[in-house]
Amino acid sequence: MSYTKRFDGRKFDEMRKTEAKIGVIKRADGSAMFKIGDTIAIAAVYGPRKLHPRFLQNPSKGILRCNYDMASFSVPDRKRPGPSRRSSEISLVTAKSLSPVLDLSKHPNAVIDLFIEITQANAGTRCAGITAASMALAHAGITMKDLVSSISVGKVSDKVVVDLDKEEEDHEEGATDIPIAYSPRTKDFTLLQLDGNVSKKELKEALEMSKKGCEEIYKLQVKTLKDHFKGEGK
Amino acid sequence: MSKILMKEKSIVVPGEELAEGMDYLPGMGSFREGDKIFSSKLGLGLLDNKLIKVIPLTGTYMPRTDDQVIGRVSDISFGGWFVNLGGPYDANLSIREASEFIERGADLTTFYNFGDIIMAKVSKVIRNSIIDLSMKGPGLRKLKDGKIIEVTPSKVPRIIGKQGSMISLIKEKTNCKIFVGQNGLIWIKGEKVEDEVLATNAILKVDEESHNEGLTDRIKEFLKKGGKK
Repeated sequence: MSYTKRFDGRKFDEMRKTEAKIGVIKRADGSAMFKIGDTIAIAAVYGPRKLHPRFLQNPSKGILRCNYDMASFSVPDRKRPGPSRRSSEISLVTAKSLSPVLDLSKHPNAVIDLFIEITQANAGTRCAGITAASMALAHAGITMKDLVSSISVGKVSDKVVVDLDKEEEDHEEGATDIPIAYSPRTKDFTLLQLDGNVSKKELKEALEMSKKGCEEIYKLQVKTLKDHFKGEGK
Repeated sequence: MSKILMKEKSIVVPGEELAEGMDYLPGMGSFREGDKIFSSKLGLGLLDNKLIKVIPLTGTYMPRTDDQVIGRVSDISFGGWFVNLGGPYDANLSIREASEFIERGADLTTFYNFGDIIMAKVSKVIRNSIIDLSMKGPGLRKLKDGKIIEVTPSKVPRIIGKQGSMISLIKEKTNCKIFVGQNGLIWIKGEKVEDEVLATNAILKVDEESHNEGLTDRIKEFLKKGGKK
């Protein structure tokens, strides 16, 4: 049996509905919310500020410290609060996917703290987190060479699809999840993870699909940032 | 053939292409890659002759020489004081640069103690992170009494206004003494507490609504009504 029609009626290369907002956290230096389908991520940026403990300081450039977490009510079965193996891994890959576009050479010995909170989860949380984080970093006035857009692609049963939801990830014939982060200016991938089986041809198809999705998200990111400051400079 | 791709005074985002060709130069907030110039900040794109600049709209304070700043004394050493300006790096104020003469071996806390607010001038900045302050100059001194509020450093030009129009309006209508530091710290002192509250609310309103048109008229109206919405 093959996957001929998606559970929620989308086309195979169609993303869920997206929504973005800037400045959702007043006390933060930069903040953003990104929503894709039922997944909601909130990112807050503090800094550059003094880095403690001091042995972590780097005199040649600043560091990005990322903290990803899911709210205990974000999933159907209560998530035990606090850090876990999964959240540490996602924090690390998020920081690594954002660092290629950041220029921290002007902030020696300092740290930029990035907090990502998932308030509602329905698959693709790390991608929503990265997308929100890149907008929050821009909002905080950090020097960046580009924004980062992120989306998950994958294979459900035998079909390559974009933006899997939880139902598809748990498909009984198996699903492959490939989170992607993409820098739209240089057209480079800054994150590529893969969980499951996929052939070379399918992977290539999935990557092409992700580029299209990321470009769409990038447009939303730019629009959100520009709309927030509409009227400035007049 | 070079051409400019941004509109003057438009909002640009990091990674946005601003110009093509070698006839333009990348200034602050922008960078060149290949023969194109891109923005590296979220800000306003400006063209100054052949120089492309992006004025950031947000972000922490980046010290520049000759800025007048307000800071809080955070630590004291043998040679002087450390002053927090709100950014990631504490600035140095050496005893030689204090506003009064200090004898050798004197107790430095009698001049400026921990937590004291001072108004100073940035005399030197090295690599963005080593900041030297000076208090030699008119008006540079310890600020006693009054209150301190914080605003976004990039909004400071809006709070001062063209030739100081905005700040003198607020000063006049509220009867307060106000000093604005380039780093976003503002010192307010009035005769009555109500005056201070009104001045605070007016400044925070400028900070919040700086992107709206007719801001000066709105603030005038706001002050006339005594801060009531």
